[in-house]
Amino acid sequence: MRWLLLAMLLIAPAAFAIDPLPFKDRAEEIRFQHLARELRCLVCQNQDLADSEADLAKDLRKQVFELMRAGKSDAEIKQYLVSRYNDFVLYDPPLKPGTWLLWFAPGALVLIGAGVLANILRRRSRQIPEEPETGEDW
Amino acid sequence: MLPELGQFALILALLLALVQCALPLYGAWRNNAALIALARPAVAGQCVFVVLAFGMLTYAFLVQDFSVAYVAQNSNTSLPWYYRFPAVWGAHEGSLLLWVLILNIWTVAVATLSRRLPDVLIARVLGVLGFVSFGFLLFTILTSNPFLRHLPALAEGNDLNPILQDPGLIMHPPMLYTGYVGFSVAFAFAIAALLGGELDVAWVRWARPWTNVAWAFLTFGITLGSWWAYYVLGWGGWWFWDPVENASFMPWLVGTALLHSQAVTEKRGSFRAWTLLLSIFAFSLSLLGTFLVRSGVLTSVHAFASDPRRGLFILVFLGTVVGGSLLIYALRAPKVAGGKPFNILSRETLLLINNLMFTCAAAMVLLGTLYPLIGDALGVGRISVGPPYFGFMFALLMIPVVALLPFGPLFRWATADWRATLRVLRPALVLACIATACAKFVAPDLPLRGLAGVAASLWVAIGIALYALKRWREAPAGRRYTPEMLGMIVAHFGVALFLAGVLITEATSIERDLRFAPQESQRIGGLDFAFRGVARVQGPNYLADEGTLEVRRDDRLIATLHPQKRQYAGQQMQSKSDIDPGVLRDVYVALGEAVGSDGAWSVRVYVKPFVRWIWLGGLLMMCGGFTAACDRRFRGSPVRTAETSAAVPDHPVELPA
Amino acid sequence: MSRLLPLLVFAALCGLLGFGIWWNTHHETNEVPSPLLGKTAPEFTLPLLYEPQKSLSRKDLLGRPYLLNVFGSWCPTCQDEHPFLMREGKSLGVRLIGLDWKDEPEAAKRWLQQFGNPYETIVADEDGHAGIDFGVYGAPETFLVDAQGVIRYKRIGMLTPDVIATELEPQIAAVSAGAAP
Repeated sequence: MRWLLLAMLLIAPAAFAIDPLPFKDRAEEIRFQHLARELRCLVCQNQDLADSEADLAKDLRKQVFELMRAGKSDAEIKQYLVSRYNDFVLYDPPLKPGTWLLWFAPGALVLIGAGVLANILRRRSRQIPEEPETGEDW
Repeated sequence: MLPELGQFALILALLLALVQCALPLYGAWRNNAALIALARPAVAGQCVFVVLAFGMLTYAFLVQDFSVAYVAQNSNTSLPWYYRFPAVWGAHEGSLLLWVLILNIWTVAVATLSRRLPDVLIARVLGVLGFVSFGFLLFTILTSNPFLRHLPALAEGNDLNPILQDPGLIMHPPMLYTGYVGFSVAFAFAIAALLGGELDVAWVRWARPWTNVAWAFLTFGITLGSWWAYYVLGWGGWWFWDPVENASFMPWLVGTALLHSQAVTEKRGSFRAWTLLLSIFAFSLSLLGTFLVRSGVLTSVHAFASDPRRGLFILVFLGTVVGGSLLIYALRAPKVAGGKPFNILSRETLLLINNLMFTCAAAMVLLGTLYPLIGDALGVGRISVGPPYFGFMFALLMIPVVALLPFGPLFRWATADWRATLRVLRPALVLACIATACAKFVAPDLPLRGLAGVAASLWVAIGIALYALKRWREAPAGRRYTPEMLGMIVAHFGVALFLAGVLITEATSIERDLRFAPQESQRIGGLDFAFRGVARVQGPNYLADEGTLEVRRDDRLIATLHPQKRQYAGQQMQSKSDIDPGVLRDVYVALGEAVGSDGAWSVRVYVKPFVRWIWLGGLLMMCGGFTAACDRRFRGSPVRTAETSAAVPDHPVELPA
Repeated sequence: MSRLLPLLVFAALCGLLGFGIWWNTHHETNEVPSPLLGKTAPEFTLPLLYEPQKSLSRKDLLGRPYLLNVFGSWCPTCQDEHPFLMREGKSLGVRLIGLDWKDEPEAAKRWLQQFGNPYETIVADEDGHAGIDFGVYGAPETFLVDAQGVIRYKRIGMLTPDVIATELEPQIAAVSAGAAP
């Protein structure tokens, strides 16, 4: 697969990620930038669409721009790409059964941890020291 | 001839590492003074040979000996001499040798600076370090030998990746490695304590300065890496939550928890289990990071060439070291929670919350980084986890930490008077609110993140300043601030700067991709950018198109920027941006390509307010770490166990089995 | 028990990482599975490479299965794949349609002249729009579409004799069996 990527990078004309597009106003530009940063470049798989220099990235940026102009919402644009390229194209993992673990485990860990600690703390503090300690506070 | 010497030196080092590991550990177990005494000489011997091996490799690079395959793959006759030295660690084999070298330097430091520690303990510490070194040397010799020859010698080598031909490369990996390899010392102390069945906590006092220094280096390494990525990669980003970045961030998070936990264990005798486990986890995450970067299990722009054989070796090593230590922990950890008791409202509780949140943050980063793998394992398809996930979750987890930060130093041990503390902190709260309101008034478009940045950073900064002030007023002159306390103040102030930098930059950065016609001027972020054309420029090993942009504020010339697009000898192109750095804002320009035939070019312009505060914050945290390590209490006379502040648990509490 | 917990969690982690190494050796980690498998091929209308005034669209191809091979004269891997297509293309039993992706027609024609033309028909997708609709992200890629126009199989990367024998031919057999009146 590496040769495929290399092929794309070396033979295709280096289409730099710098891509002035004819935005009608600043708000549109900002919206585009946010979107491009949430989409993964499938060729250079560790870059987002905004920074990737691959030819395909340039095409996809143009596509996203055209979809924006056509009045599609962010969700619709993402859906457009996902239905062609798979969820993998999104940097923000969608919430679906396959990603519940991802989205909820950290919170669950905090809650469980807090619970365990609270329990231990309560038990410990049954031996409350008489007064705040004097002497070196540090 | 010399590369073969290097190879031979590695083998000798391996044997000495084996000696360093096996004999002192056995000797400590059997109380055999002769074997125990072998530790330090073995350390010295091993270090000599590792330095020799590293020296041979470096020499091969300096003289450009292309008969050594690794040299041929990573340098080229047009590589300037000053980049030949860092090219040594530019790829897998060499960077591994650097890892081993740095481990040896730490080990020698521990062996030298620990004369006052009990011999049995030191024998165990050096023995554990020897085991780690043995594993890495074995890995190097068996799967990643940098001295392999390519005969007949090539006339010309490949080029070094142009992104790596940069002063940042000279500093970033060595500093980063010094950091995460340094956690092996805390790890070794923890294992030594477990093996020795130490019930008291003297060992924590001795482990603390080493941990602080390692943490400081890691902070520096990460900060450098972030700054380097910012100006080299050309896209204005400073953190990408790339798997390899995460691999260095996870040990940092656990290391931060460890620092704080060690403080509690040393002074109060509590949190022993936390301190032991965090010591093991910090280094385990360093090893895990090594695995992730070199095994090819995750795709990353940063990763070295992957090889399942190497991956398997590191995995087995990881399993042995970490699995072994967790087994030792399961068998030998204190069954009874010791230390002085404390109330629910106390500094101990705050630090417990700190431990919990940082550990959960590290777990979250691990989960997100490994999730694509989990997705494959569970068969739920290709899952992609990126900055939107990490940034969001991390911020969420840090909210309690930031909110509670100023309370930490002000709460007392065991029982805290929260009312009094709130009284002390009231000015911080008030000022933070006022400043946030002003910010909203002055910049109504400021997103929530920016306001949060103002509020959080002021809350933390003023909070810590109020503590410093209180201490100044209440403590007797001459004993106002110990280095440890000073380190804490500086580091926490660094956190405030960091918060301000991150949140304000994210909220207010401007990025524009623009087409500039010759002599055209455009206005971005309150500044006028005038394009003065592009010229061809010759560098030592590249040919570049160099653009000129003049930046003005109200007709006053602030900066002239020269972004380049370079073409290197090896056909690689690199966009070299130019930056006008400033304390309050950076102006950043990258050259795109020629558009049309009238001399117009596409250019990307960034105006990034407060971005330098991110690294300033990191640097302050690093300074805090170094300062704290200098505390006299760590360098005092050999402490007999009865003298430590937390010798015997006063009120033992049964831990759940 | 709680003392054993860290060890158990770590053991699970090692299991996952070991799985990762195994997975790596058996799969191309950069491959992104296509969401179009089992779905109707996207609409397209593209000019023929050799007769640009004529065009081919999706509905023209309904009724018989076909292989759509995405290639370009700029792509070195396609060059590696080409001899296999030349050799085995005719004997596969399905029509071979070429999609000349992001390419200059003249360059493509020269390339085909040099390396041979195994395709029944070739369409030109110069701007890459059809490619995006098919979820193409690199060349070469090959799609097997059945008689009803549903994508049944996608190969990312070049077709080698091995892949043709073990993956493609069984799929073609399944598709042809289904299409038999």
